[in-house]
Amino acid sequence: MTSGVINLGSKGTVYRVSGPVVVATNVDAKINELVRVGNKGLFGEVIEIDHDKTIIQVYEDTSLLKPGDEVITTGMPLSVELGPGLLGSIYDGVQRPLPKLSEQMGEFIKRGAEVPGIDREKKWEFFPLKKKGNRINLGESIGYVNENEHTKHFIMSPPNIQGEIIDIVEQGKYTAEDILCRLDNGTVIKMYQRWPVKVPRPFKDKMIPNAPLVTGKRIMDVLFPLAKGGTAAIPGPFGSGKTVIQQQLAKWSDTKVVVYIGCGERGNEMIDVLTEFPKLVDPVTGSPLMDRTVLIANTSNMPVAAREASIYTGITIAEYYRDMGYDVALMADSTSRWAEAMREISSRLEEMPGEEGYPAYLSSRLSSFYERAGIVVTLGGKIGSVTIIGAVSPPGGDFSEPVVQNTLRITKTFWALDSNLSQKRHFPSINWLESYSLYYDSLKEWFESKISIDWDRTRTEAMKILQKEAELQEIVQLVGADALPSDQQFILDVARMLREIFLQQDSYHEVDEFHSLKRQFSLLNAIIRFSRLGNNAIKSGIEIDKLLKLESRAELSKVRYRKDFERKIGLINETMSKEFKALLGE
Amino acid sequence: MKEYKTITSVKGPLIFLERVKNIGYGEFVKITLSDGSIKRGQVLETSENKVVVQIFEGTRNIDKNAYVKFYGDVLKFPVSYDMLGRVFSGSGDPLDGGPKVVPEARLDINGLPINPYKRSPPQEFIQTGVSAIDGMNSLIRGQKLPIFSGSGLPHNELALQIARQATVLDCTESFVVIFVAMGITEEEAKYFISDFEKTGALERGIVFLNLASDPSIERIIVPRIALTTAEFFAFNYNMHVLVIMTDMTNYCEALREIGSAREEVPGRRGYPGYMYTDLASIYERAGKIEGKNGSVTQVPILTMPGDDITHPIPDLSGYITEGQIIVSRDLQRKGIYPPIDVLPSLSRLMSKGIGKGKTREDHKSVSDQLYAAYAEGKDLRGIVSIVGKESLSKSDKLFLDFADDFEKNYIAQKSNENREIQTTLDIGWRILSKLPEEKLLRVSDELIEKYIGSFRDAQNKAY
Ligand SMILES: Nc1ncnc2c1ncn2[C@@H]1O[C@H](COP(=O)(O)OP(=O)(O)OP(=O)(O)O)[C@@H](O)[C@H]1O
Ligand SMILES: [Mg+2]
Repeated sequence: MTSGVINLGSKGTVYRVSGPVVVATNVDAKINELVRVGNKGLFGEVIEIDHDKTIIQVYEDTSLLKPGDEVITTGMPLSVELGPGLLGSIYDGVQRPLPKLSEQMGEFIKRGAEVPGIDREKKWEFFPLKKKGNRINLGESIGYVNENEHTKHFIMSPPNIQGEIIDIVEQGKYTAEDILCRLDNGTVIKMYQRWPVKVPRPFKDKMIPNAPLVTGKRIMDVLFPLAKGGTAAIPGPFGSGKTVIQQQLAKWSDTKVVVYIGCGERGNEMIDVLTEFPKLVDPVTGSPLMDRTVLIANTSNMPVAAREASIYTGITIAEYYRDMGYDVALMADSTSRWAEAMREISSRLEEMPGEEGYPAYLSSRLSSFYERAGIVVTLGGKIGSVTIIGAVSPPGGDFSEPVVQNTLRITKTFWALDSNLSQKRHFPSINWLESYSLYYDSLKEWFESKISIDWDRTRTEAMKILQKEAELQEIVQLVGADALPSDQQFILDVARMLREIFLQQDSYHEVDEFHSLKRQFSLLNAIIRFSRLGNNAIKSGIEIDKLLKLESRAELSKVRYRKDFERKIGLINETMSKEFKALLGE
Repeated sequence: MKEYKTITSVKGPLIFLERVKNIGYGEFVKITLSDGSIKRGQVLETSENKVVVQIFEGTRNIDKNAYVKFYGDVLKFPVSYDMLGRVFSGSGDPLDGGPKVVPEARLDINGLPINPYKRSPPQEFIQTGVSAIDGMNSLIRGQKLPIFSGSGLPHNELALQIARQATVLDCTESFVVIFVAMGITEEEAKYFISDFEKTGALERGIVFLNLASDPSIERIIVPRIALTTAEFFAFNYNMHVLVIMTDMTNYCEALREIGSAREEVPGRRGYPGYMYTDLASIYERAGKIEGKNGSVTQVPILTMPGDDITHPIPDLSGYITEGQIIVSRDLQRKGIYPPIDVLPSLSRLMSKGIGKGKTREDHKSVSDQLYAAYAEGKDLRGIVSIVGKESLSKSDKLFLDFADDFEKNYIAQKSNENREIQTTLDIGWRILSKLPEEKLLRVSDELIEKYIGSFRDAQNKAY
């Protein structure tokens, strides 16, 4: 490479083609630089430089590319465009808008299309927040546009631009390319900016996560909560419910923005989100869920290298909204496909394979991805967060494989999916004995002060009962349930209630699919109350069969579906009190 | 077109050439052997001084004197409406003695990925007449739903039954069935074809045959040729196409063969690391497209080596397809046909195609309840085998009996029995009615009243 002078549009030559990997000679480019390959101008990225050879991964199908074809440098690293219009969009792995692609070339994805990520024609009403003479620091907002009814999209100076405003436009309609603001050092600020996807966007300070990401799912919120700015892994064999959970979180999480990455998964799942989300209403803002969602769809039959890029594209967009001071949740389904894309590229490069053929840098790539989560003080002085929830698809459902293991080393909430549960149609099929949340201790106070002072006590009791059930089950396997003393039989019964009433949650039922934290707590509390009262009754010699027949117990089993949940649970608690009084009074 | 006589080595299904100029990746190739015979292939890797070509017909008899012709284009397959009713070889040549097909179009056999934005969500219920599928794991038009089986199990019979009986309710168009054989025995192939002929399905069907005795590398292209044909009928002629592919295991073995000949770093159990991506390039060619009437539905069949569902072939397939139908040796031993184990089976698109206005309002509830009850019954079998039936509570005994009842009366049916979905659902309620009502947590009281109630009334009348 020559003396730091950017050599725009220099030309090299293809030397070798093997799937998505192209080796070229005489290419004057930097690592991570974007290049165009062959007469179709396929997009590629320089991933290695080895003496006179430059190794490029190509984001499109390389069929009929041949030695001798041209490679043209662009002088730019692989970047995303960040600006208004991201919300509600669906992109491929390298941020090409899929609707635009279909306008250009129909139902199928052909090659070589160049469509910018941010619409150049659309006009947005810009509201300036700064005046001539103001100083603009790195990442500070100069104004905003209303991206939709509920989202102010702040137009920020890029993280590497600051200075004094010598000119700023008035309120009015502008396109992405219009210059909104000029600084004394000659730089300008437009409505959109570019950012290289592999470089985390800078911030001032990282904080310790201290509030839960409320999901509306009982087993997650109560037993294994995730913090805003935290990381979670959802490993599980095929069909165990990873995608349904991710989609549910995309629907119900209390965040401002959701970035959903379909990385190497099914096309039909993306269209699912795309047809459903515009119809669903955000419970907080009342606007369509699609308005807060950015979809990245690089399905399993789309080019492998773009699959690798899709994760970076997604996280960069997430960081951008974080920088506006918003809470962002990012779902990546599935990180295993991302790791496999790395493996495929690496093996084409004939690199020394590590564990199970994955490249030695698997672990560092995974951790630098999850490291981009966090709750931060932004450059502009706001507080924003990115929460990452990654699905992992281990071969054979075996959690000892490298991707799961490396992911668990970094992520702090672990929702272990269990095919034994999913086969019984126990959903979400999160195994309550294996899963954990390392955030719980720091969130406990939040729950106790915001929801109920008894939160922790009740939760602990529930966990104990589930733990105890597992121990007792082993005995039951040997001698049958009848051989157990009645207090232990009762534990089994309460555990069953916990599983069937509390842990199970129907994602396709309009009421059950989302429970507020208050609801979650009062449901759990009622079960635990039943457990305590029942224990007392058994100690006083009441037969267990009588407990099983109580009306309050039967009513508890269906209350989670009720629209008038609060009223009903109150009634059940009253009935419970009366019934136990009567039992003991006999 | 360029022609070379510069083969330097021949290894497994691959040939290596030197001193070639500017050959494209994926180019289609013809090789003329010294005896005049011709083989076909595709470029797997190309560089300035070396090209690797995989030969579909196998490399037997190839030597350094063979001429290799590069076509400058990818392999394109000629398709035409007249293919209906015909039988072809694994590389698309007529096997039925009929004339060559006059092509309407020549299409790249690799197809192109459907823009996810242009997919339209599959949602029409296909009635297969098989209760274990219709009631518990419904097949939806545009779905890819494989059958995971084991050697010697009646998956072929099941596939044929599906092909014969599949209909969409309230829809007069029937399916075009495309049948793809990969490495199956001649006997199996005859079994399929004669059944197709007997039932008249062949008139609206197309068969592609690669038999066990045919070259294994050809298996890499058969499914692609077949799916190219399927897409042509679905998206050019707006027809509904059901593609049955058997046996995907043989396909994967061919993939492994190529990988090892290229001395690639193998992935799990010796299969290539890119097998997921490769299988996806087949399975994802199912679906529907916005604004088009046709659809491609896939029922791939694979035999799980050692009946092991964690083997990479079923495992990677399961990660791509939209569910799976599992054929079980246990049920087969019990004499139950079709021996479908519904518990590990799954249809991910089921909920989109069932319910009020589609099948019946109670479909989801009754299937959930059957699942839960059967799972419980099966768990109890485990306990009974250790502690004996005596130790079970009365209600547990009912669940134990339920499991038997379910297998014998719901799952089991004749291979020519075509059950209406209503019948399937009613059988479900009938056997559920033997369980205590308070244990039926997955169904609402209203449904219990409506379906078990009416069933009881009917029973009362009968006596
Ligand atoms: N919470 C739930 N409620 C009801 N059904 C569910 C739930 N979760 C999963 N399912 C059922 O299980 C099926 C498989 O779930 P999902 O597609 O999420 O699995 P997955 O783990 O993502 O599998 P893969 O790794 O193959 O993508 C769904 O289609 C649905 O039928
Ligand atoms: Mg999934």
